[in-house]
Amino acid sequence: MSTETTVKSVNWRLVEVGRVVLINQGKNAGKLAAIVEIIDYKRALIDGPNVPRQGVTLNHVTLTPHVVANVPRGAGHAAIVKKWESSDIESKWAASSWAKKIARTQRRRELSDFERFQVSVLRKQRAYNVRKAVAKA
Amino acid sequence: MGSMNEYQVIGRHLPTESQPEPKLFRMRIFAPNEVVAKSRFWYFLTRLRRVKKSNGEIVSINQIFEKHPTKVKNFGVWIRYDSRSGTHNMYKEYRDLTRADAIASLYKDMAARHRSRFRNVHILKVTELEKTTDVKRPYIKQLVQKDLKFPLPHRIQKSKKIFLPERPSTFY
Repeated sequence: MSTETTVKSVNWRLVEVGRVVLINQGKNAGKLAAIVEIIDYKRALIDGPNVPRQGVTLNHVTLTPHVVANVPRGAGHAAIVKKWESSDIESKWAASSWAKKIARTQRRRELSDFERFQVSVLRKQRAYNVRKAVAKA
Repeated sequence: MGSMNEYQVIGRHLPTESQPEPKLFRMRIFAPNEVVAKSRFWYFLTRLRRVKKSNGEIVSINQIFEKHPTKVKNFGVWIRYDSRSGTHNMYKEYRDLTRADAIASLYKDMAARHRSRFRNVHILKVTELEKTTDVKRPYIKQLVQKDLKFPLPHRIQKSKKIFLPERPSTFY
């Protein structure tokens, strides 16, 4: 058998110093923070501009593709905030489809009864226009 | 974490005519609450000195809080542990944010590996290992190496919904 296969290395998101994480549980749920130091293989110390410095279980956070560049291990709060701003994490996060999805579900959840009705009307209009364009083509 | 606190307990023998000002004894004790801390104090003191709870008194008890609870530290812990067949001395290392949390994980670890209970583990000494060269155990050594990074390869993203249209992706 001579079938050639190319093996691509998988691009894992790594638990590392500077990795931006999204907190899923607790009172800071939904906020972003950066890993400052790894405590052990299940926990890390996180810090960020919106979150007090604390240890978290890695089960309670999700790793994001973003990394705060050049953070030394165990950096202080002020240093982290500075690097956070210089590597533009907030705008990168806001531009990601993940953040947009979260914002969209959040907005959808806050709709009033009348707004839900408006959405349904707009969706019907869109479907009508799509069907018209398809029929024409 | 946080099922364990550190207390400073000071106690003494009750004053007698021959000894109007008895010596004070101070201990740093890890316990879930003050009641247990006082009980452990008398347990240790009766083993060390001729002072019992019935002829002694607790002068003061207060909790010791961690000075820097947001700094990751390595702790070396010396313990004495009574197994079913004998007594053993052990040295173990833990990496944690506070001394009390390190001791909480020590008790969990001893219960898991040796089926020990709180009552048959004595903590002899807890020190912070300031330099990484002082770390002896391989399971802590691997965590203090330079530029440590690792993936979390297989995870199930938990959903709050009861029913899902698809199997969850385990790629992370």
